[in-house]
Amino acid sequence: MKNRDLIDETYAALSANKSRSALTILGIVIGIASVIALTAIGQGAQNSIQSSIQSIGSNLIEVLPGAARQIGFGASGGRGTARSLTNADKTAVANVANIAAISGEYSSRFQVAAAGANTNTSVDGVDAAYASIRNLVIDQGTFITDVQSSSLARVAVVGPTVVTDLFGASAVASDAIGARIRINNLQFTIQGVTKTKGGSGFGNQDTMIYIPIGTALQYFAGASNQYLSTIDIQAADQTSMTQVQNDVTSLLLTRHNITDSTKADFSILNQADIVSTASSITSTFTTLLAAVAGISLIVGGIGIMNMMLTTVTERMREIGLRKAIGATRRDINMQFLAEAVALTFVGGALGIALGWGVSYLVSSFGIVQAQVTLSSVLLAFGVSAAIGIVFGWYPARRASNLNPIDALRYE
Amino acid sequence: MIDLRNITKTYGSGPEAYTALRSITFSIDEGEFVAIMGPSGSGKSTLMHILGCLDTPSQGTFSLDGRDVSTMTDDELAEVRKDKIGFVFQSFNLLPRTTVLRNVLLPLVYAGIDHAEREDRAEQALLAAGLTPEYFSHLSNQLSGGQIQRVAIARALVNDPALILADEPTGNLDSRTSLIVLGTLQELNRAHGRTIILITHEPDIAEHADRIIRLRDGEIVSDEKNKKVRDAVGETQLYDDKNTV
Repeated sequence: MKNRDLIDETYAALSANKSRSALTILGIVIGIASVIALTAIGQGAQNSIQSSIQSIGSNLIEVLPGAARQIGFGASGGRGTARSLTNADKTAVANVANIAAISGEYSSRFQVAAAGANTNTSVDGVDAAYASIRNLVIDQGTFITDVQSSSLARVAVVGPTVVTDLFGASAVASDAIGARIRINNLQFTIQGVTKTKGGSGFGNQDTMIYIPIGTALQYFAGASNQYLSTIDIQAADQTSMTQVQNDVTSLLLTRHNITDSTKADFSILNQADIVSTASSITSTFTTLLAAVAGISLIVGGIGIMNMMLTTVTERMREIGLRKAIGATRRDINMQFLAEAVALTFVGGALGIALGWGVSYLVSSFGIVQAQVTLSSVLLAFGVSAAIGIVFGWYPARRASNLNPIDALRYE
Repeated sequence: MIDLRNITKTYGSGPEAYTALRSITFSIDEGEFVAIMGPSGSGKSTLMHILGCLDTPSQGTFSLDGRDVSTMTDDELAEVRKDKIGFVFQSFNLLPRTTVLRNVLLPLVYAGIDHAEREDRAEQALLAAGLTPEYFSHLSNQLSGGQIQRVAIARALVNDPALILADEPTGNLDSRTSLIVLGTLQELNRAHGRTIILITHEPDIAEHADRIIRLRDGEIVSDEKNKKVRDAVGETQLYDDKNTV
């Protein structure tokens, strides 16, 4: 039998029972589409988490007080609860090679009030370098300066959400400049408003209030409590991050008189570690989604097998006749295998289109920026062809092994 | 052309064994029209399967066109069926929802014949089987019983087989269409020199053949020339005359 005849026969056989073929194809369509769409969504989520990690700064190293905490899971003591980092530590660390910028941070939450409205939000005492380390962009006004920090100026830079919380939903950034607010009953003047960044993952920066770190330590920390919540370090470039991290670790160990590094009273978070941890979590998640979709693909494959077995039984006499007029076992085998592969092939093509469409819709509704990858398309196509062969093989073999006499007599 | 020597066919083994054919020996020359006749259980179906290369004998040799087919594998038998044998079945076995032409050219598909040549040969076979061209593009389930069996005969003819094997071809037809089908077979035998084996349990059907082999309990009881061959075409005439009166 020639290839062209095989195609003709396959088309004739599948179009003879259109609704059954369509329903069987549907199983594969759903399976392939869900593989494509779910991996695209997983990939999109991964990208968005990574970019949100990138948006908190570049080449960022954070030194946190207290013992190393796990990223993601596990209880932590919370920022600022452990007390081990001092302003002097920060000044010492600043001398480590390849540090582009450094900022101390003293964080706490306070009741903030202005003109009758009030809100409870995070107040961060920071250095001037903080804005560049954390990619903060000033919309209106100016950021905190080092002079303001040493002169204990009571000025504040607020996020756009704070502006609307305190001055009404219609307030814009320029309305807030120069306004007085009360933080923990101390009066501050707003001198800057940050640009909207959107918040996800690592704290919403739009709800923050930044004040000079000197001011924060003076008025909020108390004389006996001059400890920092965080030291933010920006390494000069990606390649020097490990070196900076190692140097800072050994410097702080020496300063704190700790010989055993496992007993360190601080921990260092490297942005690259966070990215890789987050992407390992999201890729596990993507794999999980793909596995669930894969199950539906297998169910679709079983649907193909079921239909092919029914077809073989229904067309028993036809098989007998074909054998009687000279079809070899191989001819019959190829014919039924071709039908199964054609079903999965069509299902695969439609499934890819549907999966693509779903990903597009998910993206255009802004749920997540789903990204269909070429590898997932190729994988889906390969898998659907393989399913056709695997699940078509048994029915085809059964057909080709039929004894023509029995097949012809079958009622 | 067909030579059977001591053909025995046994199903099963041990005490359960059942012997369907015992020491069948006969030969058929090219151009003969032979009827194999016997009641059910006489072994004629088993013999048909062996003659049609659908099955192999337990013992004995069967040579078809000079080749010993009694020890061939399944796929070798399929090759022989493709080249040498045309089947006409009692239940027609046309592919449903498929055109007449496509049904007839199906054996040529497996023989790997080109598209254009296939259609030519299928049309010639249909004409030889007595079907007019207006039906060629009809679907097989739109035809009457007699037309269906003519299509089946055309399909049996199309690969130019050495032997046409008709297994109870009139079993599902009324007497009048039976005569038309028998007439077609007689015509193919007389005008085109086709070798035809007709398997039947009805004596008056068998009497249209030139030679009748009678089977009973797996053995040949008689093998003789038919002295008064009935002519299907003449009978149809008679039948029509009676009908019109």
